[in-house]
Amino acid sequence: MGRVFFFIGEGLRALRRSAAPGLASIVTVCITVLLLGVLIPVLQTTNGKTNQVRDQVGLRVFLNDVNGQQAPADQVSALRAKLAAIPHVKSVQFVDKNQALGILGDQLKQENREDITAQLPGSHNPLPASFNVTPDDLSNLPAVRNAITPPGASGQPSPIDPLISDIGDSRDDARKITGATTAIRWVLGVVAALLLVASLLLVANTIRLSIYARRREVEVMRLVGATNWFIRWPFMVEGLVCGLVGAGIAIGFLFLGKQVIVDPLANNFNLLNSGHTIGFANLALVLLCVAMGVSAMGSGLTLRRFLRI
Amino acid sequence: MRLAASHPMARRQTSDLLRTRPAKTQRRPEHLTEQRTRPPIVEMRKVTKVYPGGHVGLERVSLRVDRGEFVFLVGPTGCGKTTLIKTLIRELEPTEGEVLIAGRDISALSNKKVPQLRRRIGTVFQDYKLLPSRNVYDNVAYALQVIGTSRSEIRRKVPDALRLVGLADKVKNFPDQLSGGEQQRLSVARAFVNHPPLLLADEPTGNLDPNTSIGIMQVLYRINRTGTTVVVVTHDREMVDKMRRRVIALDSGRVVRDQVAGSYTSDDESTREFALRLREEMGVEGEEPRY
Repeated sequence: MGRVFFFIGEGLRALRRSAAPGLASIVTVCITVLLLGVLIPVLQTTNGKTNQVRDQVGLRVFLNDVNGQQAPADQVSALRAKLAAIPHVKSVQFVDKNQALGILGDQLKQENREDITAQLPGSHNPLPASFNVTPDDLSNLPAVRNAITPPGASGQPSPIDPLISDIGDSRDDARKITGATTAIRWVLGVVAALLLVASLLLVANTIRLSIYARRREVEVMRLVGATNWFIRWPFMVEGLVCGLVGAGIAIGFLFLGKQVIVDPLANNFNLLNSGHTIGFANLALVLLCVAMGVSAMGSGLTLRRFLRI
Repeated sequence: MRLAASHPMARRQTSDLLRTRPAKTQRRPEHLTEQRTRPPIVEMRKVTKVYPGGHVGLERVSLRVDRGEFVFLVGPTGCGKTTLIKTLIRELEPTEGEVLIAGRDISALSNKKVPQLRRRIGTVFQDYKLLPSRNVYDNVAYALQVIGTSRSEIRRKVPDALRLVGLADKVKNFPDQLSGGEQQRLSVARAFVNHPPLLLADEPTGNLDPNTSIGIMQVLYRINRTGTTVVVVTHDREMVDKMRRRVIALDSGRVVRDQVAGSYTSDDESTREFALRLREEMGVEGEEPRY
């Protein structure tokens, strides 16, 4: 127990004696944690949102009208059952003619072109009823499409039900979204990794300065028979304290940012209100662990070359 | 008195010496007579050290130092004195040959065991290697703290070591508030506080005036009288001659001489008598240290 106090005392003493490298270390950790603290929720939100968008991508199975009217409900139900039975189909949603017209009306309304629907003659609704078929995964979209329109005797695709007139899919959209999300993930992932590496190197470099300033002490310790771990611990404590303080300050800033900026805007911006992000307490814990781990590792790794016997 | 095994001249001189002084040998302290049954504290067998780049630091050096001896290692700059000291604390590993400390080949020690070896060897350096941010007491205590000594033992041992070197009244001073001689004595106290069986001093009087140098030698002599083997690296010829102790001379990495300088004096000469004699023989005037 006495040794633990000795290590802590030595670590704090070193920080007091050489405040400049310690301060540099704290600032480095603080900036890294701050950036990570912003990046982690952003990465998660982006990921969550893209998954949400990907979930909405599916096939639209348009139905033929029967005598100018929507197909009877029993036929529609039978087709729904058929579609739902296809492997990898997650959900099947029916959109009747009126709903389709309503959706179109809403879209046109947003573009201030309500006049277009107003020009429809009488009660005639030219839009077909449809099923929105969502696959369990975007990559299974072609398989589901093939299952709905398998190749017939002539080799041409023929629908599994005569009620089906056409299939519209959002393959291009899906491809674009997949490409974009993959790119976003890569970019953010690489940025996060670079940030971690940069902070590790910066902390290591700062600790190196601190060790260089205390190389005589290390030399004396070695010569009087201190073990490598005994020499290493005070530096590790120093690194851990720097990590703790740096992370603490950064978490304070993040909390402030959350209270002052993010929370008031969350009601207005759907993206900020995403349920996919990590809770603040967990985020703080993760950041604290990362900061302390990075600092201690930086100290430990740097000391290796000074401790060659 | 033990010599380089490979040096016939040295062997003859030692045997002559032992023949002519049988009575004094009988009066030797017990720690010196133990040597017959226990392995020598230092033994080097054909040790060669070649540095990267081809410079030869040591060349087939063989010597043996028994427990309780006081030995000088002399030679011109670059002759291999410091290399030899460094091989003894395994700061350097020999290219060839064996270095045995208390009968154990230290080349065979794993890196983990090296700190244990260094705890058994006190080392004093020309540049003192003191910690400027710690006071006198803490500098000495540090050597005990790093090897995990309990607080009560530190409180007991540190004042003893400081009394031995005459710094008991300067425990609160920082190294930059001490004179060169005092700093070196502090360095000696730190090396000796753990009562190691072997104490190595690399040019301990290198930067000091003759009066202060005698003070340092007096401290080393006192330590030697407690049974600790002392090996002193120096190029202070006059001091070596007046001390009348065993001298191993190195030149170009080889042992060229291993004999007693002047006529050997008895080990029961008191520390005070020893210092007075040195002062007288060296013609040094000045205040005699009180320690």
